[in-house]
Amino acid sequence: MRRGAAVIAGIGHTTYGAHEGRSTVSLNVEAIRKALADANVEKGSVDALFVKYPTSHFESTYGQKVAEAAGLQPRIGGVWDQAGAANIAMISFAVMALDAGQCEIAVIAFADNPKTGSRGAIAKAMGPDEVFGWFGAVGGYAMIARRHMEEWGTTADQLGAVAINARTNALANPRAQLRKPLTREAYRESRPIVAPLRRDDCCLVSDGGAAVVVMGAARAKRLGVTEPVPILGFGQGQTSWNVDQRPDLTSTMAAASARTAFDMAGLAPKDIDVAQFYDCFTIVPILTLEDYGFAKRGRGGAFVTGEGIGPDGKLPMNTSGGLIAETGMPGMQLVIEGVRQMRGTASTQVPGARTCIVSNQGGIMHTHSTLILGEPQ
Amino acid sequence: MIDEGIATLLPQRDALNTPYWDALNEGRHIFQRCSLCANAWLPPRNECPRCLHDAWIWETASGDARLISWVVYHTAFHPAFAQRLPYTVAVVELAEGPRLISNIVGNEDPEMLRIGQALRLVIEREADVAVPHYRPEEA
Repeated sequence: MRRGAAVIAGIGHTTYGAHEGRSTVSLNVEAIRKALADANVEKGSVDALFVKYPTSHFESTYGQKVAEAAGLQPRIGGVWDQAGAANIAMISFAVMALDAGQCEIAVIAFADNPKTGSRGAIAKAMGPDEVFGWFGAVGGYAMIARRHMEEWGTTADQLGAVAINARTNALANPRAQLRKPLTREAYRESRPIVAPLRRDDCCLVSDGGAAVVVMGAARAKRLGVTEPVPILGFGQGQTSWNVDQRPDLTSTMAAASARTAFDMAGLAPKDIDVAQFYDCFTIVPILTLEDYGFAKRGRGGAFVTGEGIGPDGKLPMNTSGGLIAETGMPGMQLVIEGVRQMRGTASTQVPGARTCIVSNQGGIMHTHSTLILGEPQ
Repeated sequence: MIDEGIATLLPQRDALNTPYWDALNEGRHIFQRCSLCANAWLPPRNECPRCLHDAWIWETASGDARLISWVVYHTAFHPAFAQRLPYTVAVVELAEGPRLISNIVGNEDPEMLRIGQALRLVIEREADVAVPHYRPEEA
């Protein structure tokens, strides 16, 4: 696949926060409607629909339910189960389908309602180990964080700096669900949930839907799409094994995911102007900085407080507030913020940004996907 | 009425794992070893995850282990653990190689644990089921 051969032509999402009484299908349809309007694409020309199933509740043939509600009979699509890595993974599969002549205009969508619906997926037991009290995603990420802190000297204040950056960026973002500043002192006093992780290390719980429209660059030009954002590279990686079975807790297959994406794009970390890193818990962007090659192994925490991730830092990160402060939805909003950065319309715009890297990951870092976006041609 | 006790969280027995839980009940912690490639593993599986063959035997663990990582729960995600807070969950590596999730018991301050620290098996009961726990070895 050639870099830039496909573009993100449109983005759309519901408001972030609570949607009492709305079904996930309804949230998906709203996001799809808005993404098609943003791309100025007729619904009738859409021939691919890729949907991530709602984390809160699995139902079979969910992709077809969304297609029916959206009045679509796609040539290709369905539901992809890769937890939080699914959104970027589905964008990559859509691009591969375009390249193979399987479709021409693809919609990729996600919606869930864990805030007003079921939170079962968040607090569930991990495997057969509930007799040991091994519950909740936060426990798994805390296990990784502890190992990283003990092995590499990562500090609570470095974790806190990830949260403070997200919360600060969200202040400028009218769409953000949590617009309340966080100080280092308040972070230190934040109550432990599963130590070493505190309340302020954890992402939001959010209802909402988000979608993007993907098509070939030539097609976007013919249709007169304004500011199509080229997809320069993508990649995936699958750590797969549970936390207790991994030989190495502090490095993941995110490294393979990024390497594949950088190779496709013909770029290296030094060429990236802004990053949207999946931050379900503050330890994750620290590992991502290392796995992606922005920081040496073990130096992710030091990068955050040293080189810097703020708007003026070496790598401005999570400029809309990420999962920690914009919305806890699993990942599509990071792609949407990447598109806004490339269009120059972000709420905390990085001046002159020409490349954006986006990470998605899921489970307890079981799955990884990477997307590199470029400036509109 | 919903039973909110630990009894609802006890392991589900099946043909594969019944010897594991039976052995614990008799005071032994066992793991699987491949008869072809000598790989050792937990939790119980039908096939060796290294060579994929299904010829293996149960072996008894020495009880020596080390700490890979640990966390301290300050929130109960299930009512059965509300009275136990804070409690420690760890990734433990047996001297023979297999890793498992367990609890660290008998330590007064879990924040004083260290990765790589030597641990020793203590078999304790949850309701009527014997489970493997670990306590820090004296330095």
